[in-house]
Amino acid sequence: MAAQQNRLHKWLISGPPLAYLIVFFAIPVLIMVLASFRNPGEFGGLAPLLNDESGSREIDLTTESYGRFFGDFLYTELFLKSLAYAGVTTLACLLIAYPLAMLIARSSKRHRDLLVLLVILPFWSNFLIRVYAWMIILGPQSVFVSALNHIVGWFGLAPLTLLYTPFAVIIGLVYVHLPFMVLPLYANLEKHDPALLDAAQDLGANAWRRFWRVTFPLSLPGVYAGAALVFIPALGIFAIPDILGGTEGIMIGNVIKQQFLDTRDWPFGSVLSMVLTVLAIVLAGAAAWIAKRART
Amino acid sequence: MNKRVVLLWSAAILAYAFLYAPLAIVVVYSFNDSRLNAEWVGFTLSWYQKLFHNEKMLHAAWNSLLIGITASAVSTILGTMAGYAMYRFRTRLLPVLILAPIAIPEILMGVSLLIFFVLLNISLGMVSIVLSHIAFCIGFVAIVVRSRLAGMDESLTEAARDLGATPWTAFRLVTLPLIMPGVVAGALMAFTLSIDDFVITFFTAGVGSTTLPLQIYTMVKIAVTPEVNAVSTLLMTLTLALILIASRLAPGSLRTQ
Repeated sequence: MAAQQNRLHKWLISGPPLAYLIVFFAIPVLIMVLASFRNPGEFGGLAPLLNDESGSREIDLTTESYGRFFGDFLYTELFLKSLAYAGVTTLACLLIAYPLAMLIARSSKRHRDLLVLLVILPFWSNFLIRVYAWMIILGPQSVFVSALNHIVGWFGLAPLTLLYTPFAVIIGLVYVHLPFMVLPLYANLEKHDPALLDAAQDLGANAWRRFWRVTFPLSLPGVYAGAALVFIPALGIFAIPDILGGTEGIMIGNVIKQQFLDTRDWPFGSVLSMVLTVLAIVLAGAAAWIAKRART
Repeated sequence: MNKRVVLLWSAAILAYAFLYAPLAIVVVYSFNDSRLNAEWVGFTLSWYQKLFHNEKMLHAAWNSLLIGITASAVSTILGTMAGYAMYRFRTRLLPVLILAPIAIPEILMGVSLLIFFVLLNISLGMVSIVLSHIAFCIGFVAIVVRSRLAGMDESLTEAARDLGATPWTAFRLVTLPLIMPGVVAGALMAFTLSIDDFVITFFTAGVGSTTLPLQIYTMVKIAVTPEVNAVSTLLMTLTLALILIASRLAPGSLRTQ
């Protein structure tokens, strides 16, 4: 009786959110998986599911869009380019975040929360505003760029264009994802036992050696977690290359957007989204696996 | 102070400058009396004035507000239920569906909802945006509520039940007041996420349902005017205020981010 009542409560409480997420998340994703095996419609979107032109009412599925993806190196190249952008972004984030996370972890408990908050705070301002800010900084009228070109001029080089280049895309990606690198690194570094460093010092290790032989190896789980949190979202982003990248700085997300809104080839757009998602899941799995191995 | 500490501090200060300088520039230029985001000419409030007479912008702000309120209200209820269910019962599917929308690439959720709405003949507009926002906000509310429940003293609910309260009464009179700060923090978080969302809204919006981020996107794509600086400054102030309230109500809950 009590068990039965408990089951009833469980369904009453978990049922509505579960139903909502099934209808507005799981089903749309499954439809997209199905859409990747479909033909594009005559006027864009999808062709009718039942192909009855020939009289036979067969369900019309095809792997043509996948064939197109794997057959044309252009798209593989695009993925490789996006992977490279995400990779450079991750590395840059790591280089900027590491000293910051170390400082926060080693500062007094009283200051720590404030320093962490200062890292998170910009993250809460609108995403587009943060990208737009770099349009001002890297734009042709910017004070920063004219100062830079002044210096470049001394060396007799042609003035630089920064906006609408891959460089601008990387800057934007680093800026938006930096907190995701700092936080896991800090969470890891904070747990290190300072006695280990004292011991290393007593044994004659200099600062450089102490860092590379003690601190850095111990921080690897944090590095992997941060890398996953930066790399995976950076891979699928489309607004940053769209606003800062011009034609040259396009990433995979831009082509997905194009397929859905401009070309309206939904099956092919779905294939691209599927490949992106599978890649993201594989990378997340790999990161979790490496982190687990690093711990044992 | 030794050399290493100085080095560490300078690296950190540079990193903080990198984080804040762009936002500071937007704020400063929003008060600059020049159409160009270049030299400082003089102080003005005219960009704010222009903003409040910009029909499109006001309409977009109104849309964002409506969507944010509706989406956060519904997702707070559903998210609280989900968080409570995950805490109280053994659930297998629910945690997966709670975490998956947060973990997968945002663009995937956007395009899959686009296909979904078009195939179901649900016209793209305010309704489709609200439905989509609820879908991605539920998870965040659930996580905040779940973490608040984890810190709760279980014996309080048990005492209420021993004293003869029905499960519903015990929840309403004991559990709910105790987790209320978490619920409110979750609601504010959902509201912020909804107001700020660009990617999913971009794919699920239709004619006449432009939100503030979409309007900013359009303006930025056409021409950069200081009006964008002004609206950005206002939006940052609003978000900051909401975050301060949320962190007051549920310290630590923002760290789950």
